[in-house]
Amino acid sequence: MRPVIPYVTAALLFGLGVYGVLRRRNAVLVLMAVELMLNAVNLILVTADTTARAVLPHGGQVFALFVIVLAAAEIGVGLAIVLQLYRMRASVAVDEIPLAERRAGEVEPHAGGPVPATTGGGASPAAGSAPEGQR
Amino acid sequence: MTGVDVLLLALGAVAVGSAALVVGTRHLVRAGLYLVVCLGAVAGMYLVLAAELVAWVQVLIYVGAVVVLLLFAVMLTRAPIGASDDLDRPGWPAALIGGGAGLGLAALLVDAYRWTTVDLPAAGNAERIGEQVFSNWVLPFEVLSVLLLSALVGAIVLSRPDIGATRDDATGDRGRSR
Repeated sequence: MRPVIPYVTAALLFGLGVYGVLRRRNAVLVLMAVELMLNAVNLILVTADTTARAVLPHGGQVFALFVIVLAAAEIGVGLAIVLQLYRMRASVAVDEIPLAERRAGEVEPHAGGPVPATTGGGASPAAGSAPEGQR
Repeated sequence: MTGVDVLLLALGAVAVGSAALVVGTRHLVRAGLYLVVCLGAVAGMYLVLAAELVAWVQVLIYVGAVVVLLLFAVMLTRAPIGASDDLDRPGWPAALIGGGAGLGLAALLVDAYRWTTVDLPAAGNAERIGEQVFSNWVLPFEVLSVLLLSALVGAIVLSRPDIGATRDDATGDRGRSR
């Protein structure tokens, strides 16, 4: 077995993941590109496990399992954030997210947008159906 | 070039090609389906590399759960059926950084390993992996279970708007009774 083949595959997968994270506007596609990067790291770990002799046997495969668990947790929280973003702004484009923090009492600058859930408990039932009403 | 090398080359070509389609396609749903092909090819590489437990965990969790979650998210954000034109930013910097990272790492690894050969270990190592996880790696294993629990609770809190509203409300818990 030539270890250079899976190593180079993993490097190219990582490069494609970086490209996807920087290029894509849709937040779900950004998460898919993050999955590509995590898979590249897993491939490196498993290949190193089979090629290198370590003090603890199979440390690479155990780490790959841990990274898979971390990826599952990351995708759960990440998709919750993306869906909440869609509920608030009716868009998942990552370059339209305002990075400056909105102060208390300031009016939402997104004209016509649905009321975010932070303005009070009374607005929360309307927040779920707001994107449909906006279209 | 043995049969293992040919198999690894073919699976690696499939993985890289479908990954390029994931980051390059204009159809949102097709990106998720190409991701299935890519993850499946990587699982095949794990099988060839005698890491069968990792391969089946990859198939179960990635192809079975993560991609399904991603496709759910694609549908819940009302992605259009068919090609959409606004998926990409204009990206020479992205191509530069991504290509630089990928090709740089590839050059580094090619320089480190050249064309050397390594004997594959014996297949069928799920029992040994389990022994390792529950002896040497048992503390990270338990910490990961706590992390999974907190991620679960965090996802629930994020996706329930009433929880965050009552917490931020100045009146406290009385906001819920309205």
